[in-house]
Amino acid sequence: MIEISNIRKAYADTIVVRDVSLQIPRRGITSIIGSNGAGKSTLLSMISRLTPMTAGTVTVDGLDVTKTPSDVLAKRLSILRQDYRIGSRLTVRDLVEFGRYPYSKGRLTAEDRSQADKAIGFLGLEALADRFLDELSGGQRQRAYVAMVLCQDTDYVLFDEPLNNLDMRHAVGMMKLLRQAADNLEKTIVLVLHDINFASCYSDYIVAMRDGVLIRHGSPDEIMTREAIREVYDMDVDIRDIDGRRIAVYYT
Amino acid sequence: MRENRAPIRVLLILAAVAAGVIVLFMTLNARGRWDFILPFRGTKVLSMVLVAHAIAVSTVLFQTVSHNRILTPSIMGFDALYILIQTGLIFTIGSARLTMLDPRLLFAFEVTAMMAFSSALYRWLFSGGSRSLHLLVLVGIVFGVLFRSLSSFMQRIIDPNEFVLLQDRLFASFNSVESDLLAVATGVILVVSIIGWRLMGVYDVLALGRETSINLGVNHNRAVTTVLILVSVLVSVSTALVGPVTFFGLLVANLAYQLAGTHKHRFVLPVAVLLAIACLVGGQLILERVFAFDTALSIVIEFVGGIVFLALLIRGTAR
Repeated sequence: MIEISNIRKAYADTIVVRDVSLQIPRRGITSIIGSNGAGKSTLLSMISRLTPMTAGTVTVDGLDVTKTPSDVLAKRLSILRQDYRIGSRLTVRDLVEFGRYPYSKGRLTAEDRSQADKAIGFLGLEALADRFLDELSGGQRQRAYVAMVLCQDTDYVLFDEPLNNLDMRHAVGMMKLLRQAADNLEKTIVLVLHDINFASCYSDYIVAMRDGVLIRHGSPDEIMTREAIREVYDMDVDIRDIDGRRIAVYYT
Repeated sequence: MRENRAPIRVLLILAAVAAGVIVLFMTLNARGRWDFILPFRGTKVLSMVLVAHAIAVSTVLFQTVSHNRILTPSIMGFDALYILIQTGLIFTIGSARLTMLDPRLLFAFEVTAMMAFSSALYRWLFSGGSRSLHLLVLVGIVFGVLFRSLSSFMQRIIDPNEFVLLQDRLFASFNSVESDLLAVATGVILVVSIIGWRLMGVYDVLALGRETSINLGVNHNRAVTTVLILVSVLVSVSTALVGPVTFFGLLVANLAYQLAGTHKHRFVLPVAVLLAIACLVGGQLILERVFAFDTALSIVIEFVGGIVFLALLIRGTAR
């Protein structure tokens, strides 16, 4: 379980995340929604120790993320942010194999290689495995990064906007895959999502933020209501029931 | 196609080239007694190998942590500081008394000054927590400019005869390396290299950037600080030994990336070192045999190396 208590992030006088407390249960998908600048990504990077917090604590299975050695935490929790800049020229396989670094420290064993192959297969990247990252499309590269964090084989996996750069076919493919990872590999997945309909269809739990404050959390049915969405986005949106799923019609 | 070439083969070829150049350097035009020539040229070769190793490793590592392939440690003001120290010494105590000083003392002083400067810079940078590496580089550049202007100010007002002596000291030279200094420098660089070797796996991860390295469990701040300290020891020792030499670091590092065809430092670092040895010893060979010492080593290396590098780049884009 990820336990967040009273975390706050402030830059000079601006408070980006304001005293958020939250418990993210084990297994399943939790989506964080909210408009731009609501503090979703900052929250995610504080949970994953990428950004130091101004106040508060985060524990993952009882381990305080700011005090636990980084390499211990790297076997429990992984994060994928948006747009990475990589200096070296890597093939997909090179990148995915880096996911084994917490275990092998750079000396890959046969076990590490088979894990990497599994992750490459899981993302359907076999044909691209020996291509260089800079020769791939944005969506293919995105899948390569996802393969890397899955290869890291942590119980908790955090994604910051994993659907960036993906067309609708690949976006649906990615969400199905994350659902599979949650159901079959028993992962706990936390996502920042912009498309609330994906959040509605694929998550077990939705967390809504606004202006750095956690304003609502609950099951998709509880969050996908006219009032809740108005509160989060300041927008009046028609919520329809389509084949048992709650879909927001917000395009017009 | 070039990516598929086994890096091992590149390593073997380069090792052969470096060994060949060293043998040529030791034996070409050897007239006279071998028991004089071998130790005489041997000292030169050893100091060149040492400096080549230090510069190649420090440049590659500096580029890895700064995620930039056109920066070298010299941008942090190392060369400029060395020039300032030399100018300041001649300015204050004069060349006559300087030559009477114990060279070991001078060497220790130079290394300490450069190390103190760089560690002060790094400590300031990382004590604040989230200051960026780019700020460090910027501050280094500003200091470099400051050191250079101070030196040129002093150079303008010293005696012209002293200035000629000074200029001579400001070109990297392997002709007057003291053998006891060489022993000290070898020891220091050996220790640093062993420490650096043990971090080999970390470099590849650091090249992925801060966030990915933290995600993979590397203590990013500590790792980067360690690497920067290693770099500053390597550069300080080799600069104090022979003068400003970082000029060919950029060249060998980029040649090494092209030739090694892999991102793995396990291969890139040895390739860079072998290239640097071939460059330095080969350059010195040309300098001594073709130009009869009439020019500076940096000019030879940058001319030949620059052409090779351009050729590689053009071939790379035409591919």
